[in-house]
Amino acid sequence: MTINIETMAARIAARFAEKLKRVESTCGELTYEVARDDLVEVATTLRDDEEFRFEQLMDVCGVDYLTYGVGEWTTYSATDSGFSRGVEREPVILDEADTFDPRRFAVVYHLLSLANNVRVRLRVFPGDENPPFLPSVVDIWNSANWFEREAFDLFGILFEGHPDLRRILTDYGFIGHPFRKDFPLIGNVEVTYDADKGRVVYQPVSIEPRTAVPRVIRDDNRYAEALKDGSSDG
Amino acid sequence: MAEIQNFTMNFGPQHPAAHGVLRLILEMDGEVIQHADPHVGLLHRGTEKLAESKPYNQSIGYMDRLDYTSMMCNEHSYVLAIEKLLGVAPPIRAQYIRVMFDEITRLLNHLMWLGAHGLDIGAMTMFLYCFREREDLMDCYEAVSGTRMHATYYRPGGVYRDLPDSMPQYQASKWRKQKDVDRLNEVREGSLLDFIDAFTEKFPGCVDQYETLLTDNRIWKQRTVNIAVVSPERALNLGFTGPMLRGSGIEWDLRKKQPYEVYDRMDFDIPVGTNGDCYDRYLVRVEEMRQSNRIIKQCIDWLRDNPGPVMLDDHKIAPPKRVEMKDDMESLIHHFKLFTEGFSIPAGEAYAAIEHPKGEFGVYMISDGANKPYRVKIRAAGFAHLASMSEMVVGHMLADVVAVIGTQDIVFGEVDR
Repeated sequence: MTINIETMAARIAARFAEKLKRVESTCGELTYEVARDDLVEVATTLRDDEEFRFEQLMDVCGVDYLTYGVGEWTTYSATDSGFSRGVEREPVILDEADTFDPRRFAVVYHLLSLANNVRVRLRVFPGDENPPFLPSVVDIWNSANWFEREAFDLFGILFEGHPDLRRILTDYGFIGHPFRKDFPLIGNVEVTYDADKGRVVYQPVSIEPRTAVPRVIRDDNRYAEALKDGSSDG
Repeated sequence: MAEIQNFTMNFGPQHPAAHGVLRLILEMDGEVIQHADPHVGLLHRGTEKLAESKPYNQSIGYMDRLDYTSMMCNEHSYVLAIEKLLGVAPPIRAQYIRVMFDEITRLLNHLMWLGAHGLDIGAMTMFLYCFREREDLMDCYEAVSGTRMHATYYRPGGVYRDLPDSMPQYQASKWRKQKDVDRLNEVREGSLLDFIDAFTEKFPGCVDQYETLLTDNRIWKQRTVNIAVVSPERALNLGFTGPMLRGSGIEWDLRKKQPYEVYDRMDFDIPVGTNGDCYDRYLVRVEEMRQSNRIIKQCIDWLRDNPGPVMLDDHKIAPPKRVEMKDDMESLIHHFKLFTEGFSIPAGEAYAAIEHPKGEFGVYMISDGANKPYRVKIRAAGFAHLASMSEMVVGHMLADVVAVIGTQDIVFGEVDR
């Protein structure tokens, strides 16, 4: 049986009221924000209750909102020195701060209900502690096991109750969490073969970061809701 | 009495049956597996982070390199996510071309899987047979995109170009006699559609050939029946999708349940297994090849009768034609902007999933309004499947590990990303 996402939204609103805060979507998807403390309870209900039956956890995705909405290049104001394609690099921010912006990290869960043929997205902000942590949902959906390991590896988010929280994608002995926005794209270390030592050694990266296309944010009127004509077939 | 201890064995990462770079740490009691710990990430390239550092269009080529046995399907999910955020849909002809190439890609993937799976557990001939047919499908890729594997053919707003009217032909050489060349060129005289049509005519016979070799083969059955049985409940809980889920008897196919492009106009069936073992998953995939063949036929018929544009006429997304740029300032500006800066996508987030040959392949994209994605998360089917490796092999023999790697259809390009 296929149910409309608005039907599902109504059911969720009726059951969870304030616990799940709906986020507007531009492309017809259900997105909710959940508080960290409610996550396990909400997830269990979403899986087990007859109304919801989200049997599958499709994906767990870490997000780092550190530079959200920050462009590298603005062309609004005039300049006497001309525009350069070069992008000024911030020095790498170390992860030693006591606290983070509470909206910096997020973990996004994609749920799928086969019975109702509907998807739901949950977003949880782990709070401001360093390191950020969340309760694990491995016991609810076993598929979360590797996805949470991945989020830990790439973003340094801890999952309480995870049976085996190890790095998964990065190298043995890797330092840092590479998908954080303050981790440089070219990395911090490189490996080469050292003929004298007769083995592979790590050393600081020797290449320079290069940005071919700067990141620009444009206000595009074509997407303004007020200006959209009804003929759009999207 | 001496105490008998389990011992730990290393499998891979350089092992012909590891399908790339899988390293398994196996805890064995004699020849029986007690626990398996897959170590992945040896092919991790940071595709998602790379995609975040480039304009949208420049990452399509990276998608080909994820699951490098089903290239266009990966692209498909990525461009769908972009189109979803932009709120555009490609022209109908482009949708048919996409569906046709998705199914060609499914055949490519399943042939690769069947060949490698057969080779792993003792059926050498399958590998040769499957690669014979793959060769023809690779030629389709080449004719339409110019490359045999990493096509970069799907673009936001359509496909790169329309299907060609002629197929490249073989030339006689020192190594290839004129007689052989003529035989090879026989099906290459007409257009690409004629070539694919000829392929769909012969392909069911090829599948019959594979099945005579395997389906009732005693050795094949001994290696696959009742190996790595997964119950439907477990399959759901472990996040299985695609043939792995259908092999366990759950009728779920995104092409039917959440149709994208023109799949809702296609007539095809979803095969499901009953026992959830390696043999059922084999049967499911073989039947899927026959169904894909049916879909391709339907697409050919439609595409022959319905010419039309294959790319949106919106030059904010799709580049203008060369010819237009010669005398149209507007087109020149659009071209310049598209190739120096790319296009910006309104802020928002979208998850686009398709029925990839291996299962659900999804791209979750967050945009903050820039010309580069803020975050791209690739949900690869193989990642969830491989995570269940330990559960699937416990209690089986060492040799069955190879059968399980085969039945999961693991490709490390997508698992490690």
